Amino acid sequence: MPTGTLQVKAISGHSGTVPGAGVQRAEEICKYIDVTTCIGCKACEVACVEWNDMPFQQTTFDNTYQTMPSTAWNYWNLIKFNEHQREDGTLQWLMRKDQCMHCEDPGCLRACPADGAIVQYTNGIVDFQQENCIGCQYCVSGCPFDIPKFNSTTKKVYKCTLCSDRVGQGLEPACIKACPTGCLKFGTKADMRGLAEARARQLREHSGFVHAGVYDPPSVGGTHVIYVLHDITKPELYGGLPANPQIPVTYTAWKRVAKPIALLLSLFAAPVAFFHYISQGPKEPQPQPPGQEVPR
Amino acid sequence: MSTAVERFDDGARARFGAHGRTFVRENELLRHPVYSRVLHWSVAAFFILALLSGLAIYTPWLYRVLTPLFGGGPMTRLLHPWFSLGFVAFFALQLLNWLQPMSWTPDDTRWMRRLKEYVANTDKLEPEYVDFFNAGQKLYFWAIVGSSVIFFISGVPMWFPRAFGRTTAAIGYVFHDLAALVMLVGFIVHIYEGTAAQPGTFHSMTRGTVEKRWAWTHHPAWYLHATGRQPQDDYEAAVRRQAGRSAEGGTPSMPG
Repeated sequence: MPTGTLQVKAISGHSGTVPGAGVQRAEEICKYIDVTTCIGCKACEVACVEWNDMPFQQTTFDNTYQTMPSTAWNYWNLIKFNEHQREDGTLQWLMRKDQCMHCEDPGCLRACPADGAIVQYTNGIVDFQQENCIGCQYCVSGCPFDIPKFNSTTKKVYKCTLCSDRVGQGLEPACIKACPTGCLKFGTKADMRGLAEARARQLREHSGFVHAGVYDPPSVGGTHVIYVLHDITKPELYGGLPANPQIPVTYTAWKRVAKPIALLLSLFAAPVAFFHYISQGPKEPQPQPPGQEVPR
Repeated sequence: MSTAVERFDDGARARFGAHGRTFVRENELLRHPVYSRVLHWSVAAFFILALLSGLAIYTPWLYRVLTPLFGGGPMTRLLHPWFSLGFVAFFALQLLNWLQPMSWTPDDTRWMRRLKEYVANTDKLEPEYVDFFNAGQKLYFWAIVGSSVIFFISGVPMWFPRAFGRTTAAIGYVFHDLAALVMLVGFIVHIYEGTAAQPGTFHSMTRGTVEKRWAWTHHPAWYLHATGRQPQDDYEAAVRRQAGRSAEGGTPSMPG
Protein backbone atom coordinates (compact mmCIF):
# COMPACT_ATOMS: atom_id res chain seq x y z
CA MET A 1 0.00 0.00 0.00
CA PRO A 2 1.47 3.40 -0.95
CA THR A 3 2.18 5.78 1.88
CA GLY A 4 3.86 8.54 -0.16
CA THR A 5 2.22 11.58 -1.70
CA LEU A 6 -0.14 10.86 -4.57
CA GLN A 7 1.70 11.19 -7.89
CA VAL A 8 -0.22 12.52 -10.88
CA LYS A 9 -0.24 10.32 -13.98
CA ALA A 10 -2.76 12.03 -16.29
CA ILE A 11 -4.60 15.36 -16.25
CA SER A 12 -7.78 16.15 -18.17
CA GLY A 13 -7.79 18.88 -20.83
CA HIS A 14 -4.07 19.42 -20.29
CA SER A 15 -1.74 20.47 -23.08
CA GLY A 16 1.83 19.27 -22.87
CA THR A 17 3.47 16.88 -20.47
CA VAL A 18 2.18 16.00 -17.03
CA PRO A 19 4.39 17.59 -14.36
CA GLY A 20 6.01 15.05 -12.10
CA ALA A 21 4.83 12.03 -14.07
CA GLY A 22 7.03 9.00 -13.50
CA VAL A 23 9.20 10.69 -10.88
CA GLN A 24 8.17 8.18 -8.25
CA ARG A 25 7.13 4.62 -8.75
CA ALA A 26 3.86 3.79 -7.03
CA GLU A 27 2.06 0.52 -6.57
CA GLU A 28 -1.26 0.34 -8.35
CA ILE A 29 -3.98 -0.03 -5.79
CA CYS A 30 -7.24 -1.91 -6.15
CA LYS A 31 -10.54 -2.44 -4.44
CA TYR A 32 -11.68 -6.07 -4.36
CA ILE A 33 -15.43 -6.73 -4.19
CA ASP A 34 -16.67 -10.28 -3.78
CA VAL A 35 -20.38 -10.03 -4.59
CA THR A 36 -20.84 -13.66 -3.52
CA THR A 37 -20.20 -12.84 0.13
CA CYS A 38 -21.89 -9.43 0.23
CA ILE A 39 -24.89 -9.49 2.59
CA GLY A 40 -26.27 -6.11 1.55
CA CYS A 41 -25.85 -4.53 4.98
CA LYS A 42 -25.01 -1.11 3.48
CA ALA A 43 -22.31 -0.43 6.05
CA CYS A 44 -20.14 0.73 3.15
CA GLU A 45 -22.84 3.20 2.06
CA VAL A 46 -22.97 4.70 5.54
CA ALA A 47 -19.18 4.79 5.88
CA CYS A 48 -18.91 6.59 2.52
CA VAL A 49 -21.46 9.22 3.43
CA GLU A 50 -19.87 9.72 6.86
CA TRP A 51 -16.25 9.94 5.76
CA ASN A 52 -17.03 12.27 2.88
CA ASP A 53 -19.31 14.33 5.13
CA MET A 54 -22.19 14.29 2.68
CA PRO A 55 -25.56 15.78 3.50
CA PHE A 56 -28.17 13.08 3.21
CA GLN A 57 -31.00 13.69 0.83
CA GLN A 58 -34.54 12.44 0.54
CA THR A 59 -34.69 9.33 -1.61
CA THR A 60 -37.25 7.36 -3.56
CA PHE A 61 -38.62 4.01 -2.46
CA ASP A 62 -39.18 1.70 -5.41
CA ASN A 63 -40.10 -1.55 -3.63
CA THR A 64 -36.53 -2.83 -3.45
CA TYR A 65 -33.95 -2.88 -0.71
CA GLN A 66 -31.90 -0.39 -2.67
CA THR A 67 -31.35 2.96 -0.92
CA MET A 68 -32.05 4.91 -4.12
CA PRO A 69 -32.36 4.09 -7.84
CA SER A 70 -28.81 5.14 -8.70
CA THR A 71 -25.78 6.84 -7.18
CA ALA A 72 -26.09 10.60 -6.72
CA TRP A 73 -23.72 13.57 -6.60
CA ASN A 74 -23.65 13.18 -2.80
CA TYR A 75 -24.11 9.39 -2.67
CA TRP A 76 -21.15 7.70 -4.30
CA ASN A 77 -21.55 4.17 -3.03
CA LEU A 78 -24.75 2.20 -3.56
CA ILE A 79 -25.56 -1.48 -3.15
CA LYS A 80 -27.63 -2.56 -6.12
CA PHE A 81 -30.15 -5.29 -5.27
CA ASN A 82 -31.29 -7.53 -8.11
CA GLU A 83 -33.58 -10.53 -7.90
CA HIS A 84 -32.64 -13.02 -10.59
CA GLN A 85 -34.58 -16.14 -11.44
CA ARG A 86 -32.33 -18.88 -12.75
CA GLU A 87 -33.30 -21.35 -15.48
CA ASP A 88 -34.21 -24.01 -12.92
CA GLY A 89 -36.66 -21.60 -11.29
CA THR A 90 -34.62 -20.90 -8.18
CA LEU A 91 -34.01 -17.38 -7.00
CA GLN A 92 -30.71 -15.61 -6.79
CA TRP A 93 -30.50 -12.37 -4.85
CA LEU A 94 -27.63 -10.44 -6.34
CA MET A 95 -26.07 -7.55 -4.44
CA ARG A 96 -23.40 -5.42 -6.02
CA LYS A 97 -21.63 -2.45 -4.53
CA ASP A 98 -21.83 0.18 -7.29
CA GLN A 99 -19.29 3.01 -7.36
CA CYS A 100 -16.62 4.49 -9.60
CA MET A 101 -14.53 1.73 -11.19
CA HIS A 102 -11.37 3.88 -11.44
CA CYS A 103 -10.62 2.69 -14.98
CA GLU A 104 -7.03 2.48 -16.14
CA ASP A 105 -8.26 4.27 -19.32
CA PRO A 106 -10.90 6.59 -17.86
CA GLY A 107 -13.64 7.74 -20.26
CA CYS A 108 -14.41 10.73 -18.01
CA LEU A 109 -10.84 11.98 -18.20
CA ARG A 110 -10.72 11.50 -21.96
CA ALA A 111 -13.95 13.42 -22.40
CA CYS A 112 -13.13 16.30 -20.03
CA PRO A 113 -12.13 19.58 -21.76
CA ALA A 114 -11.18 21.46 -18.58
CA ASP A 115 -7.53 21.61 -17.60
CA GLY A 116 -7.02 19.73 -14.35
CA ALA A 117 -10.67 18.99 -13.59
CA ILE A 118 -9.93 15.24 -13.58
CA VAL A 119 -6.62 13.74 -12.56
CA GLN A 120 -5.42 10.17 -12.55
CA TYR A 121 -2.81 9.23 -9.99
CA THR A 122 -0.07 6.71 -10.66
CA ASN A 123 -1.71 4.42 -8.11
CA GLY A 124 -4.77 4.25 -10.37
CA ILE A 125 -7.19 6.56 -8.56
CA VAL A 126 -9.22 8.82 -10.86
CA ASP A 127 -10.19 11.94 -8.95
CA PHE A 128 -12.35 14.96 -9.79
CA GLN A 129 -11.01 18.38 -8.83
CA GLN A 130 -14.18 20.42 -8.50
CA GLU A 131 -12.38 23.79 -8.42
CA ASN A 132 -11.34 23.19 -12.03
CA CYS A 133 -14.62 21.62 -13.17
CA ILE A 134 -16.60 23.77 -15.63
CA GLY A 135 -19.81 21.75 -15.35
CA CYS A 136 -20.01 20.77 -19.03
CA GLN A 137 -20.85 17.15 -18.10
CA TYR A 138 -18.84 15.63 -20.96
CA CYS A 139 -17.54 13.15 -18.35
CA VAL A 140 -21.10 11.92 -17.83
CA SER A 141 -21.32 10.95 -21.50
CA GLY A 142 -17.74 9.60 -21.50
CA CYS A 143 -18.26 7.17 -18.58
CA PRO A 144 -19.42 3.66 -19.53
CA PHE A 145 -20.58 3.01 -15.94
CA ASP A 146 -22.86 6.05 -15.47
CA ILE A 147 -20.91 7.24 -12.43
CA PRO A 148 -20.27 11.03 -12.57
CA LYS A 149 -23.26 12.94 -11.22
CA PHE A 150 -24.00 16.63 -11.75
CA ASN A 151 -25.03 19.01 -8.99
CA SER A 152 -27.14 21.71 -10.62
CA THR A 153 -26.63 24.11 -7.69
CA THR A 154 -22.84 24.06 -7.64
CA LYS A 155 -22.64 23.30 -11.39
CA LYS A 156 -19.96 20.69 -10.68
CA VAL A 157 -19.72 16.93 -11.16
CA TYR A 158 -18.95 14.55 -8.29
CA LYS A 159 -18.09 10.89 -7.85
CA CYS A 160 -16.27 8.37 -5.65
CA THR A 161 -12.66 9.43 -4.96
CA LEU A 162 -11.60 5.93 -3.87
CA CYS A 163 -10.92 7.89 -0.65
CA SER A 164 -7.81 9.42 -2.22
CA ASP A 165 -7.45 11.51 0.94
CA ARG A 166 -7.26 8.32 3.05
CA VAL A 167 -5.22 6.29 0.59
CA GLY A 168 -2.68 9.13 0.30
CA GLN A 169 -2.16 8.77 4.05
CA GLY A 170 -1.75 5.00 3.88
CA LEU A 171 -5.28 4.17 5.02
CA GLU A 172 -7.82 1.96 3.30
CA PRO A 173 -10.97 3.50 1.79
CA ALA A 174 -13.85 4.09 4.23
CA CYS A 175 -16.11 1.46 2.60
CA ILE A 176 -13.43 -1.21 3.01
CA LYS A 177 -12.91 -0.33 6.67
CA ALA A 178 -16.65 -0.66 7.36
CA CYS A 179 -17.28 -4.01 5.64
CA PRO A 180 -18.20 -6.68 8.24
CA THR A 181 -18.04 -9.76 6.01
CA GLY A 182 -14.68 -9.27 4.35
CA CYS A 183 -16.24 -9.19 0.91
CA LEU A 184 -14.41 -5.88 0.44
CA LYS A 185 -10.64 -5.90 0.44
CA PHE A 186 -8.02 -3.35 -0.50
CA GLY A 187 -4.43 -3.69 -1.62
CA THR A 188 -2.23 -3.67 -4.69
CA LYS A 189 -3.78 -4.47 -8.05
CA ALA A 190 -1.62 -7.60 -8.40
CA ASP A 191 -2.55 -8.90 -4.96
CA MET A 192 -6.27 -8.22 -5.33
CA ARG A 193 -6.32 -9.73 -8.79
CA GLY A 194 -4.65 -12.87 -7.42
CA LEU A 195 -7.08 -13.04 -4.53
CA ALA A 196 -10.03 -12.61 -6.88
CA GLU A 197 -8.81 -15.33 -9.23
CA ALA A 198 -8.37 -17.69 -6.28
CA ARG A 199 -11.87 -16.94 -4.99
CA ALA A 200 -13.37 -17.41 -8.49
CA ARG A 201 -11.59 -20.77 -8.80
CA GLN A 202 -12.96 -21.78 -5.42
CA LEU A 203 -16.48 -20.84 -6.55
CA ARG A 204 -16.08 -22.81 -9.77
CA GLU A 205 -14.54 -25.90 -8.24
CA HIS A 206 -16.23 -26.15 -4.85
CA SER A 207 -19.46 -24.13 -4.90
CA GLY A 208 -20.96 -25.11 -8.23
CA PHE A 209 -20.75 -21.69 -9.86
CA VAL A 210 -19.15 -22.97 -13.05
CA HIS A 211 -19.15 -19.52 -14.69
CA ALA A 212 -17.66 -17.67 -11.73
CA GLY A 213 -14.98 -15.18 -12.71
CA VAL A 214 -13.30 -11.83 -12.17
CA TYR A 215 -14.71 -8.62 -13.66
CA ASP A 216 -11.74 -6.45 -14.70
CA PRO A 217 -12.81 -5.27 -18.18
CA PRO A 218 -9.88 -4.94 -20.61
CA SER A 219 -11.85 -2.59 -22.88
CA VAL A 220 -11.08 0.24 -20.44
CA GLY A 221 -7.57 -1.04 -19.72
CA GLY A 222 -8.73 -2.87 -16.60
CA THR A 223 -10.22 -1.21 -13.53
CA HIS A 224 -8.99 -0.43 -10.05
CA VAL A 225 -12.20 -1.83 -8.62
CA ILE A 226 -12.68 -5.51 -9.49
CA TYR A 227 -15.58 -7.84 -8.83
CA VAL A 228 -15.81 -11.56 -8.23
CA LEU A 229 -19.08 -12.56 -9.91
CA HIS A 230 -21.05 -15.83 -9.69
CA ASP A 231 -21.52 -15.62 -13.45
CA ILE A 232 -18.93 -13.62 -15.37
CA THR A 233 -20.80 -14.27 -18.64
CA LYS A 234 -23.77 -12.17 -17.48
CA PRO A 235 -22.48 -9.08 -15.69
CA GLU A 236 -25.63 -7.17 -16.76
CA LEU A 237 -27.61 -9.11 -14.15
CA TYR A 238 -25.82 -7.22 -11.40
CA GLY A 239 -27.66 -3.93 -11.87
CA GLY A 240 -26.47 -3.20 -15.38
CA LEU A 241 -22.73 -3.85 -15.20
CA PRO A 242 -21.67 -3.62 -18.89
CA ALA A 243 -20.09 -6.76 -20.38
CA ASN A 244 -17.91 -4.69 -22.68
CA PRO A 245 -17.69 -1.10 -21.38
CA GLN A 246 -16.72 1.31 -24.16
CA ILE A 247 -15.61 4.92 -24.22
CA PRO A 248 -17.44 6.71 -27.07
CA VAL A 249 -15.11 6.96 -30.09
CA THR A 250 -15.87 10.68 -30.21
CA TYR A 251 -13.76 11.05 -27.05
CA THR A 252 -10.89 8.93 -28.32
CA ALA A 253 -10.07 9.06 -32.03
CA TRP A 254 -12.06 12.22 -32.79
CA LYS A 255 -10.96 14.23 -29.76
CA ARG A 256 -7.31 13.23 -29.64
CA VAL A 257 -6.48 13.09 -33.34
CA ALA A 258 -9.13 14.46 -35.70
CA LYS A 259 -10.05 17.57 -33.70
CA PRO A 260 -6.63 19.26 -33.49
CA ILE A 261 -5.80 18.35 -37.09
CA ALA A 262 -9.15 19.67 -38.34
CA LEU A 263 -8.65 22.93 -36.44
CA LEU A 264 -5.15 23.41 -37.84
CA LEU A 265 -6.41 22.74 -41.37
CA SER A 266 -9.20 25.28 -40.87
CA LEU A 267 -6.84 27.93 -39.51
CA PHE A 268 -4.68 27.34 -42.58
CA ALA A 269 -7.21 29.57 -44.37
CA ALA A 270 -5.56 32.57 -42.67
CA PRO A 271 -2.05 32.20 -44.17
CA VAL A 272 -3.64 31.26 -47.51
CA ALA A 273 -5.60 34.54 -47.48
CA PHE A 274 -2.55 36.50 -46.37
CA PHE A 275 -0.29 35.17 -49.08
CA HIS A 276 -3.05 35.59 -51.64
CA TYR A 277 -2.98 39.29 -50.81
CA ILE A 278 0.81 39.44 -50.88
CA SER A 279 1.07 37.69 -54.25
CA GLN A 280 -2.17 38.50 -56.10
CA GLY A 281 -3.14 41.80 -54.50
CA PRO A 282 -6.63 43.19 -54.08
CA LYS A 283 -9.46 43.58 -56.57
CA GLU A 284 -9.40 47.36 -57.02
CA PRO A 285 -12.50 49.20 -58.22
CA GLN A 286 -12.04 49.85 -61.94
CA PRO A 287 -10.69 51.85 -63.61
CA GLN A 288 -7.58 51.99 -61.49
CA PRO A 289 -5.25 55.00 -61.59
CA PRO A 290 -2.97 54.83 -64.63
CA GLY A 291 0.00 52.55 -64.38
CA GLN A 292 1.11 49.21 -65.67
CA GLU A 293 1.52 45.69 -64.38
CA VAL A 294 5.05 44.41 -64.19
CA PRO A 295 5.83 40.72 -64.64
CA ARG A 296 7.49 40.12 -61.27
CA MET B 1 -45.87 34.57 -45.88
CA SER B 2 -43.29 36.39 -47.93
CA THR B 3 -45.41 39.53 -47.81
CA ALA B 4 -45.48 39.36 -44.01
CA VAL B 5 -41.69 39.01 -44.00
CA GLU B 6 -41.35 41.91 -46.42
CA ARG B 7 -43.64 44.08 -44.31
CA PHE B 8 -41.61 43.22 -41.20
CA ASP B 9 -38.31 43.96 -42.96
CA ASP B 10 -39.54 47.20 -44.49
CA GLY B 11 -40.83 48.36 -41.11
CA ALA B 12 -37.55 47.50 -39.39
CA ARG B 13 -35.48 49.21 -42.09
CA ALA B 14 -37.65 52.33 -41.84
CA ARG B 15 -37.40 52.45 -38.03
CA PHE B 16 -33.64 51.94 -38.00
CA GLY B 17 -33.20 54.37 -40.88
CA ALA B 18 -35.12 57.03 -38.95
CA HIS B 19 -32.72 56.72 -36.00
CA GLY B 20 -29.52 56.40 -38.01
CA ARG B 21 -27.77 58.38 -40.69
CA THR B 22 -26.27 57.32 -43.99
CA PHE B 23 -24.62 59.99 -46.12
CA VAL B 24 -24.33 59.10 -49.78
CA ARG B 25 -21.82 61.26 -51.69
CA GLU B 26 -22.28 62.16 -55.34
CA ASN B 27 -20.04 59.39 -56.64
CA GLU B 28 -21.51 56.80 -54.24
CA LEU B 29 -24.43 54.41 -53.91
CA LEU B 30 -26.26 53.23 -50.77
CA ARG B 31 -25.40 49.57 -50.28
CA HIS B 32 -26.27 48.59 -46.70
CA PRO B 33 -28.98 50.55 -44.82
CA VAL B 34 -28.67 51.15 -41.06
CA TYR B 35 -30.76 48.06 -40.22
CA SER B 36 -28.48 45.69 -42.17
CA ARG B 37 -25.38 47.25 -40.64
CA VAL B 38 -26.63 47.03 -37.05
CA LEU B 39 -27.67 43.41 -37.59
CA HIS B 40 -24.35 42.53 -39.23
CA TRP B 41 -22.26 43.88 -36.36
CA SER B 42 -24.54 42.39 -33.70
CA VAL B 43 -24.20 39.00 -35.38
CA ALA B 44 -20.43 39.56 -35.66
CA ALA B 45 -20.03 40.46 -31.98
CA PHE B 46 -21.92 37.42 -30.75
CA PHE B 47 -20.21 35.20 -33.30
CA ILE B 48 -16.75 36.21 -32.13
CA LEU B 49 -17.72 35.75 -28.47
CA ALA B 50 -19.22 32.32 -29.23
CA LEU B 51 -16.20 31.38 -31.35
CA LEU B 52 -13.63 32.30 -28.70
CA SER B 53 -15.55 30.71 -25.82
CA GLY B 54 -16.17 27.63 -27.98
CA LEU B 55 -12.54 27.27 -29.04
CA ALA B 56 -11.54 27.45 -25.36
CA ILE B 57 -13.46 24.25 -24.76
CA TYR B 58 -12.64 22.80 -28.18
CA THR B 59 -9.08 21.79 -27.42
CA PRO B 60 -6.78 21.67 -24.37
CA TRP B 61 -4.20 23.65 -26.37
CA LEU B 62 -6.46 26.72 -26.31
CA TYR B 63 -8.17 26.21 -22.93
CA ARG B 64 -5.60 28.07 -20.81
CA VAL B 65 -5.24 30.79 -23.45
CA LEU B 66 -8.90 31.63 -24.00
CA THR B 67 -10.79 30.88 -20.77
CA PRO B 68 -9.33 33.93 -18.90
CA LEU B 69 -11.08 36.18 -21.45
CA PHE B 70 -14.40 35.11 -20.00
CA GLY B 71 -13.46 34.89 -16.33
CA GLY B 72 -12.30 31.27 -16.19
CA GLY B 73 -13.47 27.87 -17.34
CA PRO B 74 -16.83 27.63 -15.54
CA MET B 75 -17.82 31.13 -16.73
CA THR B 76 -16.78 30.26 -20.29
CA ARG B 77 -18.98 27.17 -20.19
CA LEU B 78 -21.85 29.17 -18.70
CA LEU B 79 -21.66 32.01 -21.24
CA HIS B 80 -21.03 30.07 -24.46
CA PRO B 81 -24.63 28.93 -25.04
CA TRP B 82 -25.93 32.43 -24.31
CA PHE B 83 -23.49 34.01 -26.78
CA SER B 84 -24.72 31.46 -29.29
CA LEU B 85 -28.35 32.30 -28.64
CA GLY B 86 -27.53 35.96 -29.23
CA PHE B 87 -25.87 35.02 -32.48
CA VAL B 88 -28.81 32.87 -33.59
CA ALA B 89 -31.35 35.57 -32.68
CA PHE B 90 -29.65 38.36 -34.64
CA PHE B 91 -28.78 36.08 -37.52
CA ALA B 92 -32.42 35.00 -37.79
CA LEU B 93 -33.34 38.66 -38.34
CA GLN B 94 -30.55 39.02 -40.91
CA LEU B 95 -31.87 35.90 -42.64
CA LEU B 96 -35.27 37.54 -43.04
CA ASN B 97 -33.64 40.80 -44.07
CA TRP B 98 -31.52 39.20 -46.80
CA LEU B 99 -33.76 36.30 -47.83
CA GLN B 100 -34.48 37.84 -51.23
CA PRO B 101 -30.98 39.03 -52.31
CA MET B 102 -29.41 35.81 -50.94
CA SER B 103 -31.64 33.41 -52.89
CA TRP B 104 -29.66 31.17 -55.22
CA THR B 105 -30.11 31.63 -58.99
CA PRO B 106 -28.76 29.83 -62.10
CA ASP B 107 -26.36 32.78 -62.50
CA ASP B 108 -24.77 31.81 -59.17
CA THR B 109 -24.10 28.31 -60.46
CA ARG B 110 -22.44 29.94 -63.49
CA TRP B 111 -20.38 32.13 -61.14
CA MET B 112 -19.20 29.11 -59.12
CA ARG B 113 -17.82 27.54 -62.29
CA ARG B 114 -15.48 30.50 -62.74
CA LEU B 115 -14.38 30.52 -59.09
CA LYS B 116 -10.80 29.87 -60.18
CA GLU B 117 -10.76 33.03 -62.31
CA TYR B 118 -12.28 34.98 -59.41
CA VAL B 119 -9.55 33.83 -57.00
CA ALA B 120 -6.79 34.49 -59.54
CA ASN B 121 -8.09 38.05 -60.22
CA THR B 122 -8.16 37.21 -63.95
CA ASP B 123 -10.88 39.67 -64.95
CA LYS B 124 -10.96 43.37 -64.14
CA LEU B 125 -14.75 43.42 -63.87
CA GLU B 126 -17.12 40.83 -62.50
CA PRO B 127 -19.49 39.18 -65.04
CA GLU B 128 -22.50 41.35 -65.93
CA TYR B 129 -24.93 38.99 -64.14
CA VAL B 130 -23.49 39.46 -60.62
CA ASP B 131 -26.26 41.08 -58.56
CA PHE B 132 -26.39 42.48 -55.01
CA PHE B 133 -24.50 39.46 -53.64
CA ASN B 134 -22.21 37.18 -55.62
CA ALA B 135 -22.36 33.39 -55.33
CA GLY B 136 -19.43 33.30 -52.89
CA GLN B 137 -21.24 35.59 -50.49
CA LYS B 138 -24.39 33.53 -50.85
CA LEU B 139 -22.46 30.33 -50.21
CA TYR B 140 -21.07 31.78 -46.98
CA PHE B 141 -24.51 33.00 -45.96
CA TRP B 142 -26.20 29.63 -46.50
CA ALA B 143 -23.27 27.82 -44.84
CA ILE B 144 -23.99 29.94 -41.76
CA VAL B 145 -27.67 29.05 -41.95
CA GLY B 146 -26.85 25.33 -42.22
CA SER B 147 -24.20 25.48 -39.49
CA SER B 148 -26.53 27.39 -37.18
CA VAL B 149 -29.17 24.69 -37.53
CA ILE B 150 -26.56 21.99 -36.77
CA PHE B 151 -25.20 24.07 -33.88
CA PHE B 152 -28.66 24.41 -32.42
CA ILE B 153 -29.74 20.79 -32.82
CA SER B 154 -26.48 19.43 -31.40
CA GLY B 155 -25.99 22.23 -28.89
CA VAL B 156 -29.19 21.90 -26.90
CA PRO B 157 -28.39 18.30 -25.78
CA MET B 158 -24.86 19.48 -24.90
CA TRP B 159 -26.37 22.27 -22.83
CA PHE B 160 -28.78 19.95 -21.00
CA PRO B 161 -27.15 16.51 -21.32
CA ARG B 162 -29.19 14.87 -18.58
CA ALA B 163 -32.41 15.48 -20.48
CA PHE B 164 -31.10 13.90 -23.69
CA GLY B 165 -28.89 11.05 -22.58
CA ARG B 166 -25.27 10.04 -22.76
CA THR B 167 -25.03 9.09 -26.45
CA THR B 168 -26.77 12.19 -27.78
CA ALA B 169 -24.24 14.50 -26.15
CA ALA B 170 -21.26 12.33 -27.12
CA ILE B 171 -22.29 12.22 -30.80
CA GLY B 172 -23.77 15.71 -30.91
CA TYR B 173 -20.52 17.41 -30.07
CA VAL B 174 -18.81 16.01 -33.18
CA PHE B 175 -21.41 17.72 -35.36
CA HIS B 176 -21.01 20.85 -33.24
CA ASP B 177 -17.26 20.77 -33.99
CA LEU B 178 -17.76 20.20 -37.71
CA ALA B 179 -20.20 23.11 -37.97
CA ALA B 180 -17.71 25.28 -36.07
CA LEU B 181 -14.89 24.40 -38.46
CA VAL B 182 -17.02 25.23 -41.51
CA MET B 183 -17.88 28.57 -39.90
CA LEU B 184 -14.26 29.24 -38.97
CA VAL B 185 -12.99 28.77 -42.52
CA GLY B 186 -15.87 30.87 -43.87
CA PHE B 187 -15.19 33.54 -41.26
CA ILE B 188 -11.49 33.83 -42.16
CA VAL B 189 -12.30 34.10 -45.88
CA HIS B 190 -15.10 36.57 -45.09
CA ILE B 191 -12.79 38.89 -43.14
CA TYR B 192 -10.22 38.81 -45.94
CA GLU B 193 -12.76 39.42 -48.72
CA GLY B 194 -14.44 42.15 -46.68
CA THR B 195 -11.26 44.08 -45.96
CA ALA B 196 -7.93 43.71 -47.75
CA ALA B 197 -9.09 41.74 -50.78
CA GLN B 198 -11.53 44.38 -52.02
CA PRO B 199 -10.84 48.01 -51.12
CA GLY B 200 -14.10 49.85 -50.43
CA THR B 201 -16.01 46.82 -49.19
CA PHE B 202 -15.44 47.43 -45.48
CA HIS B 203 -16.87 50.94 -45.81
CA SER B 204 -20.12 49.47 -47.16
CA MET B 205 -20.65 47.74 -43.82
CA THR B 206 -19.48 50.61 -41.59
CA ARG B 207 -21.01 53.73 -43.19
CA GLY B 208 -23.27 51.95 -45.65
CA THR B 209 -22.05 53.34 -48.98
CA VAL B 210 -19.78 52.27 -51.83
CA GLU B 211 -18.31 54.19 -54.73
CA LYS B 212 -20.07 53.73 -58.05
CA ARG B 213 -16.76 52.41 -59.41
CA TRP B 214 -16.88 49.70 -56.74
CA ALA B 215 -20.46 48.82 -57.69
CA TRP B 216 -19.88 48.38 -61.43
CA THR B 217 -16.65 46.50 -60.75
CA HIS B 218 -17.97 43.94 -58.26
CA HIS B 219 -21.77 43.89 -58.71
CA PRO B 220 -22.68 45.08 -62.24
CA ALA B 221 -26.26 43.79 -62.21
CA TRP B 222 -26.90 45.54 -58.89
CA TYR B 223 -25.44 48.75 -60.39
CA LEU B 224 -27.92 48.44 -63.25
CA HIS B 225 -30.87 47.98 -60.85
CA ALA B 226 -29.74 50.71 -58.45
CA THR B 227 -28.98 53.41 -61.03
CA GLY B 228 -30.84 52.31 -64.17
CA ARG B 229 -27.59 52.81 -66.09
CA GLN B 230 -25.46 50.28 -67.96
CA PRO B 231 -22.40 49.38 -65.84
CA GLN B 232 -20.26 48.66 -68.91
CA ASP B 233 -21.08 52.07 -70.48
CA ASP B 234 -20.31 53.95 -67.29
CA TYR B 235 -17.11 52.01 -66.79
CA GLU B 236 -15.94 52.80 -70.33
CA ALA B 237 -16.86 56.46 -69.88
CA ALA B 238 -14.76 56.52 -66.71
CA VAL B 239 -11.85 54.93 -68.58
CA ARG B 240 -12.15 57.62 -71.30
CA ARG B 241 -12.32 60.42 -68.72
CA GLN B 242 -9.21 59.07 -67.07
CA ALA B 243 -7.38 58.76 -70.40
CA GLY B 244 -8.38 62.35 -71.22
CA ARG B 245 -7.06 63.61 -67.90
CA SER B 246 -3.70 61.95 -68.34
CA ALA B 247 -3.48 63.28 -71.97
CA GLU B 248 -4.12 66.88 -70.83
CA GLY B 249 -1.66 67.32 -68.03
CA GLY B 250 -0.72 63.88 -66.97
CA THR B 251 2.38 63.51 -69.15
CA PRO B 252 5.34 64.93 -67.25
CA SER B 253 6.88 67.85 -69.14
CA MET B 254 10.55 67.74 -69.91
CA PRO B 255 12.62 69.96 -67.67
CA GLY B 256 14.14 73.11 -69.20
